[in-house]
Amino acid sequence: MKTRHKRIALIIGGLAILGLVVALVLNAFQSNLVFFFTPTQVAAGEAPRGKSFRIGGLVKEGSIKREPDGVTLRFVVTDTEKDMIVAYKGILPDLFKEGKGAVAQGKLGEDGIFIASEVLAKHDENYMPPEATQAVGDAQARAAANKAAVEATAKTVKH
Amino acid sequence: MGNKLINIYRFASPQAFYPLAGKMIPWFWTLAAIFGIAGLYIGFLVAPTDAQQGEGYRIIFLHVPASWLSMFIYLVMAFWAGLGLGFNFRLSGMMASALAPTGALFAFLSLWTGALWGKPMWGTWWVWDARLTSELILLFLYVGFIALQSSIDDPRRADKAGAILALVGVVNIPIIYFSVKWWNTLHQGSSVSLTKSPSMAVTMLWGMLLCALGCWMYSIAVALMRVRSIMLERERHTDWVRAELAEPGEHAGQE
Repeated sequence: MKTRHKRIALIIGGLAILGLVVALVLNAFQSNLVFFFTPTQVAAGEAPRGKSFRIGGLVKEGSIKREPDGVTLRFVVTDTEKDMIVAYKGILPDLFKEGKGAVAQGKLGEDGIFIASEVLAKHDENYMPPEATQAVGDAQARAAANKAAVEATAKTVKH
Repeated sequence: MGNKLINIYRFASPQAFYPLAGKMIPWFWTLAAIFGIAGLYIGFLVAPTDAQQGEGYRIIFLHVPASWLSMFIYLVMAFWAGLGLGFNFRLSGMMASALAPTGALFAFLSLWTGALWGKPMWGTWWVWDARLTSELILLFLYVGFIALQSSIDDPRRADKAGAILALVGVVNIPIIYFSVKWWNTLHQGSSVSLTKSPSMAVTMLWGMLLCALGCWMYSIAVALMRVRSIMLERERHTDWVRAELAEPGEHAGQE
C-alpha cells in the first residue's frame, strides 16, 4: 500500500511540475506564438524590423482600391485604434471583404506601407443563415438611426 | 436473487469484462448509427446555408466532432494510462492501447478536414498558428504512443512507458483548447463553449452535437472491439481465453 501511494503522489507531483514548466516556457515564448501583429503593436515597434512578419485586423470599410496598373490592390487593415496601408499583388480568398478579418504576410516598407506577399481571410466564429445576418444588420441600422434621432433631439432641446 | 448490487470491481478483470464488452458493442454501434444519421440529416438537409461561407461551412459537421473527440479521447486514454501506472490494473493499460488508434484517426480527420476547409475560406491549406500546430502535436503524440508501445515486447513495460508518454502529453490538451484565446491565431475562436451561449444557428448546433455524439458512440464501440482482441492476445495463456476460443463458432481452433 505504501509504495502505491508513493507512486501516485509521484505521478501527480510530476504532472504538476510539468504543467508549471510548460506554462513558464509558453509565457517566455509569448511573442513567438502569436500568428500576427496588430497595427497597434506594429506602431509600438513590437514587430520585427526589416524582416517578414504578419499583420492582422479588419479590412477598413471602403478602403479597397485597385491601383492604375490594374493588378496591385491597396487596402487598410485596422484594429479600430491604428490603421495600416497594405499593398498586395495576387489572388485573394473569397472571404476577403471590407469589414471582415484578414491576415497579411510581408514586409513593412520605408514609407510605412506594408508590402504583402500573401493575404489570408480570417473569419469569425459566428454561423448563421443570411436572413439572420440581414435581421441583425437591420436592427443595428435601426439602433444607429434611433441614436442619431435622439442626439438630434437633444441638440435642438439644448439650443 | 437477493443481492442486486453489482460489484463494479469485478469488471476490472479482463475475464469478466470480455463478455460484458461483447454485449455492449452492438448497442454502441446502434447508437452511433442513429446519432450519425440524424446529425448528417440535420447537417446537410435541414441546417440553413451560412451567411458568410455559403454551403462550404458544412464540413463543420465532421471537423468539429473529430476535433472534440481527438482531444477527449486523449484525456480518457491518459486517464486509463495513469490509473494503470498508479494501481497496476491489468485492464487499464489495455484500454489505453485500445483508444490510441481511434484518437489518432480523429486527430488526422480534424487536420485533414481543416485543411480542406482552410483552402477555400482562409486561402491556405496550412499555417503554423498555435491552434493548428498544437493539434498536429496531438497527432504526433498518438502516433508516438502507438509506436512506443509496439516497440516494447513485454506488455507490462510497454504499458508503463506508454503511460508516461500519455501523461506528459496531457499538457497539450488545454493548449489546443485555449490556443485561440491565449494567442492571436488564424483559426477563429470557439463557437460553442461552456461560458457563453453558442454563436451558431440552433439547427446547425443540433446537427453538430448529434454528429459529435455519433462519433463518440462509434469511438466506444470500436475501442471495445479493440480491447477485446487485445485481451485475447495478452491473456492467451490463461484458461478463460482457451475456454472462450474453444466455444463452437467463435474463432474455433485459432490457438
